[in-house]
This record gives sequence, structure tokens and C-alpha cells, in this order.
Amino acid sequence: MSANAPLLEVSDLKVSFATEDGTVRAVDGVSFSIRPGEVVAIVGESGSGKSVTAMTLMGLTRGPNARFEGTAMFAGRDLVTAPESELQRIRGGDIAMVFQDPMSSLDPVYRIGNQIVEQIRAHDSHISKAAALDRAVDLMERVGVPHARERLRSYPHEFSGGMRQRVMIAMALSCSPKLLIADEPTTALDVTIQAQILEELRKLRAETGAAIILVTHDLGVVADIADRIVVMYSGRVVEQGTLEELFYDPQHPYTWGLLGSIMRVDSDRSQRLPAIPGSPPSLLRPPAGCHLRPRCPHAFEKCTEVPLLKAGLAAAPEHLDRCWLDREQKLKLRTVDGRIGLAAPSEVNA
Amino acid sequence: MSRFIVRRLLAMIAVMIAISLLTFLLFAAIPNGNPANRLAGHLATPEEIHLLDIKYGFNKPIYVQYVKTMENIFTGQAYSYSQGFNVLTEIKAGFPATLSLALGAGIIWLLTSIAVGTLAAVKAGKYTDRVLTVLAMTGVSMPPFFLGAVLIYYLAFKAGIFPTGGFVPFSQSPYQWFVHLVLPWFTLSVLFIGFYSRVLRSTILDTINEDYVRTARAKGLSERQVLFRHILRNSLIPIISLWGLDLAQVIGGGAILTETVYNLHGVGQLAAEAISALDIITLMAIVLLTAFFVVFLSAVVDIFYAFLDPRIRLS
Repeated sequence: MSANAPLLEVSDLKVSFATEDGTVRAVDGVSFSIRPGEVVAIVGESGSGKSVTAMTLMGLTRGPNARFEGTAMFAGRDLVTAPESELQRIRGGDIAMVFQDPMSSLDPVYRIGNQIVEQIRAHDSHISKAAALDRAVDLMERVGVPHARERLRSYPHEFSGGMRQRVMIAMALSCSPKLLIADEPTTALDVTIQAQILEELRKLRAETGAAIILVTHDLGVVADIADRIVVMYSGRVVEQGTLEELFYDPQHPYTWGLLGSIMRVDSDRSQRLPAIPGSPPSLLRPPAGCHLRPRCPHAFEKCTEVPLLKAGLAAAPEHLDRCWLDREQKLKLRTVDGRIGLAAPSEVNA
Repeated sequence: MSRFIVRRLLAMIAVMIAISLLTFLLFAAIPNGNPANRLAGHLATPEEIHLLDIKYGFNKPIYVQYVKTMENIFTGQAYSYSQGFNVLTEIKAGFPATLSLALGAGIIWLLTSIAVGTLAAVKAGKYTDRVLTVLAMTGVSMPPFFLGAVLIYYLAFKAGIFPTGGFVPFSQSPYQWFVHLVLPWFTLSVLFIGFYSRVLRSTILDTINEDYVRTARAKGLSERQVLFRHILRNSLIPIISLWGLDLAQVIGGGAILTETVYNLHGVGQLAAEAISALDIITLMAIVLLTAFFVVFLSAVVDIFYAFLDPRIRLS
């Protein structure tokens, strides 16, 4: 496998759930790939399908009401169709996951050490309990938990939120994963702890060479750590590219809106923080064509058809977006008050 | 721990005083509740009744009577107002039957409802779950006097597989002890299995959605490991506390119907007889015994709770 061959390649992944009200298309055509050692951020607001995408890669969304299409190739296997027994070996082994809420993600009735050892032994039935414990101590020290050996005897409720998230990361690392999926790993933590956890993830990538998929709604987190960004809206990827491409040359109106709504230290405080007008569509009955159409001030007739995810510039074949506007129009429309943003509807009409 | 024990002991005393007081007042309020009338018999003259009033103190103020009754119970000097037997001796005689019924049935209903509740939760919404739901509802609504009568008629009277009733001490013949208790155990358990398995099923279905269960799956554990180590362990906590209290009730003579249907001569049957004879002193003694076991076992449950869930501290 060459260094540039993707570790994971997701193509046209679709996930829908049958509910009493109808079919919810949580993920509606997601494609992206990640190379070894790369950090890819999946960005989107609540309900954009980013967490469902992440959990589907682990087979955690499977159930009698779930339907899947598309593929997610990982080391020659399709994670979408792999049998449960095979996924069990991959989960926590080659692919590990860190969840959003460290307060509730650890089982309250078992000691931390036992919970880490449980994972190590699930993937290596020959290792002795003592050896697994030694490895747990090692892992805990690596993610910066002081007095690791004593702390292994503690219960989750005796840890702070940040420490618990470190434990979750230690647990995820316990079987040297090739891919770590972190689903909003810092969202439930306060800001200073957020920075520490991100630092841990960065260190970890440098030390182990593991690729990381970082699911988040926070562009600030993304800017800190990601190599590439996938922006999701209402179940679809609307834009993806490198960090620089997305921040300095965004092509999709939704990305403009996201960038425009970031609070800046140098901004004029007397003005309201710009927000994208409206709210995300229902995944039960999404609008026809481009899902952003009802909220997009730049929508025109063509937008009732679903735009393809394609590159806007031949020079940047991996910078893809899903918008009908042509490039010249985009460059003009995305500048609002001298910076990138999504114009308010009234300004467009005037 | 010692603070916990002291607190529980104080609570036990308070509960026993309160419950005995309530029982006593209740009987004082019942018309024709004066025990002297029944002690004297149908043909008694007013003088004879008056003599009994003086002898037992029934003409004294009610609080004096209460204190005297309690004193008699705790010194073992309580004699039945209707039969004349020593109450404590009678309770002691009935206790082995009641304890055998309670412990056997308790183990059966706990284990069976864990199995049934888990199965129903795992198969939630499917055919198995629906069948178990119907069975559970049937069990809950099956009064022991009816189920007992049916079982005695078909399995004991007609088929002759089991004896029709009575109790044989374990020390006398373990086999006979067992055979005599099979039907009572079953009858009493059915009632609880229905209820417990429903509670466990819904607790499990709540626990399944917990984040730590998702974590357990993400760790690569098998479905079986996730179920037994993480889901079930966390779901058993409410069931265990129910079990402690229900078991205490039965040990304290609460299984009145089952004991009476199978003629076990246990504490529960003694209570039934005492109620129908308005035999207040016997009943008071049994009520105190029940209260004692309920408070005692709820303390045991709390200790066990702290063991099951490390977030709970005893003091």
C-alpha cells in the first residue's frame, strides 16, 4: 500500500431510518477519503448527519429500522456490509472511537482500569490481566493522567470531565488503532480542557501515526488540528477540501455562512453576530434539489435539481463543492462587508 | 458504616412504634372490639366480662393498654385473646414454614424474572416479547387463592403428583419438605415474576440507550458481553431493591393467601386467623415481626446497592 493510498474510502454513503412518521434520510450521499496519519474534520450543525456517518463506520447505527447504501472501504473490507463478527474485531481494534459526552460514556459501575483492560482483552485473548493492566497504566500516562496506577482503581464518577475524556482516549488507543474517530470529543468540556484534549489528539497523531476523523460543529477546533475538512449539511457533503481551501477559498454558500458566523476578536461588537437565516430542513421531507435552497439568498431556478459534488478548479481536483453557481459568481457573492459571509436575504434583493 | 447502622437501628425502632400504634388504634376503633367479650364467650354475664376487663386491663385508658400490650409481646407474656395460646410460641412454630416458603419462592421469582425480563427486552417488539407480555399480565392478575385452588385440584387432588397441602420441616424429611413446597413456591412466584419481569424489561430497554453501552460496543465486545456485563449489571439495581422489600414482607407473614390455601400453618396463616378472630395481640406481634424484617432487609438492600453501584455511599 503506497503512502498516498487512502486508509478509508467512503463513497456515496446513504443511511436512512424508518420511523413512525416516515423515512429519515440521515445521511444522503457522503463521500470522502482519509489517508494514513491524516486528520479529517467533518463539520456541520446538529442533524447534519455527521455523527450518523461516524457511527455507521463503526457499525453502531445498525438496527432493524436502518437501511444502508454505498460503501466504506477500509483495508479491503466494506464496513457497511461487513458481518457483525468482523466488525467486532475492527471496533476498538483497527478503528476506535471517542464519544462526545465523557460523563456518560463510561460504565458507572466498573473501575476505570477494568474498563480499559476489558477492551485490551477483547482484542487479545492471550494477554494476562496483569500485563493488560500494565498496558493500561502506560496508556493513561501517555494521555496525561497523573498517578495512573492508583487512578486505575477509581470509578468514573471520581474523575472530572476532562480526565474522563482522557480515559476514553486512552481506551481508544489501547489496541493501536489505525483510525481514530472522535465524535465531538471536546463539546462537553470547558474551554481550557478543550485545548488540552485537542493537544492530546495532536500529540497522538504525531506519535502513533493514526489517522483521525474529527466530527465537530466547531470551526475553531477544526482550524487547530485538521488537514482536510468535510462540510456536511442536511445529510449531504456540501464542500470538502484542505484547511486552507475551505478557510480562504470557500465555494459553497453554507460554508460562507459558517465562516461568517465565527466570532472574531477584532470584529465590531456593536453589530449582531451574523447567523445563517432559517433553520435546517426536516430530514423526513427535505426540499427538492439543493437542501440549502430555502435558506440560501443566492438560490436560482437551477437549484431545484440536486447539484453534483465536483471540483471548481482543475488545479485543485480535491476541493469539491455541491453548488450550481459558477466560480466567478461565487467569488463575487461570498464577500459581505469586506469579509467572507452569507449575505442577508434583503441585501441580495436590493 | 457504624453511623449507617446506628441510623438504621433508630429508624427501625421508629417504624415499629409507628406501625404498632396504628394497628392498635385501628383495632380500638372497630365496633365490638373489646377482647373481653370474646374471651368470655357467648354465655358470659356482664360480671364475668367486667372481671376479664379488670384482669387484662381492657377498662384502662387506651395508652395504658397499648404500653401493656407491647410489654407483654416483648417479654413473651402475650397470650391469644381468642385461643389462649402463647403468641410467641405460636409464631416460632409457624416461622420455619413461612421462611421456607419465602426463601424458596424468593429465589425462584428473582431468577425467573431476570431470565424472562432479559429475554423480553432482547426480543422487544418481536413475537417472543408479545407472548411473554401476555404471560406476565396473566401472572400479575392471578390471585393465589385461585391459582392455588386450580393447582391443588389438578396436580394434587386429581393427578396426585403433589400433596394437597401442609408443611413438613426440612429436618424431618428434606424430600417431603421440598414436595410440599413446590406448589406454594410456584403460586407465590407467579405473582411476582409477572411484575418483576416487566420492570426489568423496561429498565433494560432504557439502559440499552445509555452512552456507556454504545462505548462497550465500540470497544469491540460481543453482544453477549455487552448484555451481561454492562446492560444487565446496571439494570438489576432497581429489581434488587424491590426484591428485598417483597421478600421481607413474605418472611414477616405477608403471604397470607398462599399460606392459607396450602395450609402451611405459617405466620401468614396465623395472621389470617388472628384477623378473623379480632385477636389483636397476636396480630400486633405479627405486624411487629413484619416491620422488623422490612426495615432490616431494606438496610441489607442498601448495603448491597452500594456494592452494585459505587456512586452510592452509605453515610
